[in-house]
Amino acid sequence: MSRQHWLTPWLFLLPSLVAVIGFSLFPFVNTVILAFTNARTIGGGRFTGLDNFGRLLHDPAFWTAAGNSALYVVVVAPALVVLPLLLALLVRRKLPGITFFRTAFFTPVIASVVVVGLIWSWLLDTRGLVNGVLQALGVLRTPIPFLTDQWLLILSAMLVTVWRGLGYYMVIYLAALGSVPRELHEAAQVDGAGRFRRLLSVTLPALRPTMVLVAVLSAVSAFRVFSEVYLLGGPAGGPGGADTTLVMLIEQVGTGLRGDLGYSSALSVVLFLLTLGLLVATSRLDRNEAAS
Amino acid sequence: MSGCHESAVPGTQRQERHFHGAQVGRYLLLLLVLAITVGPFLWQLSTSLKGLSEDIYSVPPSFVPHELTPGNYARVGEAVPVWSFALNSLLVAVANVVTNCVGASLAGYALARLRFRGRGLATAVFLGSLLVPFEAIMVALFLVMRSLQLNNTLVAVVLPGAISALNVLLMRNAFLALPGAVEEAALIDGANAWQRFTRIALPSARGTVVVVAVFSFMYSWDDFLWPLIVLSDPSRYTLTIGLSYLQGTFVNDQRLIAAGTMIAVAPLVLLFTVAQKHFFRGVGEGAVKG
Repeated sequence: MSRQHWLTPWLFLLPSLVAVIGFSLFPFVNTVILAFTNARTIGGGRFTGLDNFGRLLHDPAFWTAAGNSALYVVVVAPALVVLPLLLALLVRRKLPGITFFRTAFFTPVIASVVVVGLIWSWLLDTRGLVNGVLQALGVLRTPIPFLTDQWLLILSAMLVTVWRGLGYYMVIYLAALGSVPRELHEAAQVDGAGRFRRLLSVTLPALRPTMVLVAVLSAVSAFRVFSEVYLLGGPAGGPGGADTTLVMLIEQVGTGLRGDLGYSSALSVVLFLLTLGLLVATSRLDRNEAAS
Repeated sequence: MSGCHESAVPGTQRQERHFHGAQVGRYLLLLLVLAITVGPFLWQLSTSLKGLSEDIYSVPPSFVPHELTPGNYARVGEAVPVWSFALNSLLVAVANVVTNCVGASLAGYALARLRFRGRGLATAVFLGSLLVPFEAIMVALFLVMRSLQLNNTLVAVVLPGAISALNVLLMRNAFLALPGAVEEAALIDGANAWQRFTRIALPSARGTVVVVAVFSFMYSWDDFLWPLIVLSDPSRYTLTIGLSYLQGTFVNDQRLIAAGTMIAVAPLVLLFTVAQKHFFRGVGEGAVKG
C-alpha cells in the first residue's frame, strides 16, 4: 500500500513519537548527562567526570539500598515463579465454580499498590488482625513487630508484593497450561505414567519458557520496588532508613529539598544498568539450563 | 484442559472414592487460597463499617461489625477532601484512556499498515523505550515538567503515561493480525489512509482497543510514585497519594483509612466485574510483549 503522501505516516506517528521521545528517551539521555555533573535543583551543573560514581562506591546508603533491592529479587522472584504455577495447577480443571475462584484470585492485581499497602499495614499492625488472631489462639503473648523491625519489615513488604503478584502470574501460567499439547499427556498415560510423573516429565518441561518469562518479569519488577516498603515502613524506609531500596534512595536524593540531581542521576544510571543486567541474566536461564 | 481424562477412565469403586476425596481436598485448598487473597479486602471492608463505639482492636478480633454504619465514609471526607482526590484521579485516568486509545491506535496502524522510509527506526524507538525503567528517569522527568512549567498540575500527572510504547506495539500487533484483503480492495477503490484506518482497520481491532483502555485506566488510577513526585499541593492530590497522606496524618483511626481504601478500590472492582475477560486477555498479551 503505497499511494500516499510521504507525510501521512508521520502524522499518524506524531503524537506517540512526541510522547515517547519527550517523556522517555530525552529524560533518559538527560539522566546520563546529569550523572556526570554536580547539578542541583536550584541550579549549578558543572562537569565533574566520574565524581558521582566514586562517591556512590563509598556511600553506605547506596550499599544498603542496593543490598535491599537485591535481596528483594532473591526472595520475591523465585516465590513468584513457583507459587502462581501451583495456583494455576490448582485452578486448571473445569470444576464447578472454578471461574469464581480464578476471578477472586485475580482481585489483588487490580487493587492499587497503595490500597494493598494500607490494607496490609493494618493487618500486620501490632494491634492488627494477624497479631490479634495469633494472640487469641494463644500462640503469642506479645505481638510481633512486623512493621518496626528492620528484617520483619522488608519480609512483610515482600509478602505483600508476592500476594499482589500471585493472580497476575497465575493467569500467564493458565494460558501456557492450555497450550501444552494434549497428545503428550495421552502418550505418557498410555506408557503408564502417573499424574505426578506426568507433571514432572510433560507439563513442567513444556512450561519452561513461561517460567523463564515469569522469572524475568518478576525479577525486574522486584528490583524496582518502591511502594510496598514506602507504605509499610514510611518515607524514610523503615527504622533508621535500614530498609531503603534503590528506587527509594533515588527519590530521596533527587527530589524535594535535597534535590541533588547529579548524584541521583548517577544512582539512576546504576539502576538502569543493573536492571538491564538482570534482564539479560534471567532471560539466559533458559539457554544455560537447556545446555547443561 | 489436559488433566481431566481421569474422570473419563472407567474405574473401580475404590478409584471413584479416591477421586472424590481428591476433589474435596482441592476445594478445601481453593477455599484456603480464597481466604488469603480476598480475606484482607473483607477485613478492610469490615473495619470501614465499624462504628466509633466498637473496639476495632479486640482480641479475639470480630469479623462482623456489631452495628453496621456508613459513618466512616462521611467522616473520611471531613478529614481529607477524599472526594476531590477521587475526582482528580478520575480526570487523570479518563485522560489517559483517551490519549492512549487514540495515540496508540494511530501509531500502531502506521507501523503495521503504511509503508514508508524510517518505519523500522520508528518501531525500534518504541521497542527501545520499553527498556528504560520509569524509576530510572523519574527525576529527569520531573525536570521536563518543571521546564514546561507543569509541575504540580494534573496535566503533568497524565503526560508521561499518555501514550505508552507498550500500547503502541500492542495495537501494531493487532493490526498486523488482521487480514489485509479488505484494505487492499479499499485502496484500489481510492480510499486514503485515514479512511482505511477509521472505517476498516479500527472497527476490526476494537477488542485490543478495549484492552488498552482498561489497562490505561487501571495503571493510571493505581499509580503512586509519579504523582507523589510531581504533585506537591494537597488540593491537586490524586486518590492514591491522598490516602498515603491520610495514613500519615490520622494513623490512629484505622476506620477512616479503611473507608478511604474502599473508596479507592470500588471503581476498579466495578470495572473488573464488567470487563473481566479483557483483563485476562491483557495480562496474556502484555506479558508476551513486555
